[in-house]
Amino acid sequence: MADRAEFAAEAMQFAGQLYSAALRMTRNRADAEDLVQETYLRAYRSFNTFDEGTNLRAWLFRILTNTFINGYRAKQRRPVEDELGDIEDLYMYKRLGNLDASRSAEETLFEMFTDDEVKQALEELPENFRLPVLLADVEDFSYKEIAEIMDIPIGTVMSRLHRGRKAMQKQLTDFATERGLISRSADAEDQHIHG
Amino acid sequence: MRKTSTFMDNCNETLRELEQFLDQELSDEAREVIHAHLGGCEHCLEAFDFHAELKMVIAAKCHNDEVPPELLARIQQCFGDDVPA
Repeated sequence: MADRAEFAAEAMQFAGQLYSAALRMTRNRADAEDLVQETYLRAYRSFNTFDEGTNLRAWLFRILTNTFINGYRAKQRRPVEDELGDIEDLYMYKRLGNLDASRSAEETLFEMFTDDEVKQALEELPENFRLPVLLADVEDFSYKEIAEIMDIPIGTVMSRLHRGRKAMQKQLTDFATERGLISRSADAEDQHIHG
Repeated sequence: MRKTSTFMDNCNETLRELEQFLDQELSDEAREVIHAHLGGCEHCLEAFDFHAELKMVIAAKCHNDEVPPELLARIQQCFGDDVPA
């Protein structure tokens, strides 16, 4: 990129994505705003180290993630939790899969959850799991890009994604159960059908 | 419930690769194998569809935060700052 002004213009198009990601990371608006500003400041100052022809969006997300991990994690009250309970595969699907065969899964899922519920389910994941799920499912980065952004091996990305997604599905299933959108157990469903 | 153990093995193997398939992380060859299985297995196809939609719904609902105008102004301001050479 020829100059800083050009770089700034290019980088600004990602402000919305970076801000959404920063909200999921910090879980509050004031910290998210500071985090995004600091990310742009760092990017602007080191734009000459950006390798033109590589992915600017991935580079900005790497700065965002590093800035968060090094600077903002300390401000979070909760310690970094490493563990998630054991959750069965296809957790949500097994409970919601045949919810309403006459409509598409997309319609059903989209209407079933509010934006806030989905955000909360993601934000409640421990950070180790939240970042890979955020980067893969919301930001659509590849495993390799996530490995580079977070500086962890690809195998670790895959296992954290797998476990983080299951935990998020369990949380969403709990929301749906609380609101009575699905029955509490398979037994209850049987009774409904046969009774 | 499946009629043959081979068929069940295929389902289990297909479901094991569900995430990598939806994340577009499989080789063309591996994708072909899964496509072929999904073409003949409603059970797995349903599970794949569900998770594909779930992924889209999560992305859509976590991506709609409005950027505060004052944040955009703050960023523009730091672009104007003098930068050490």
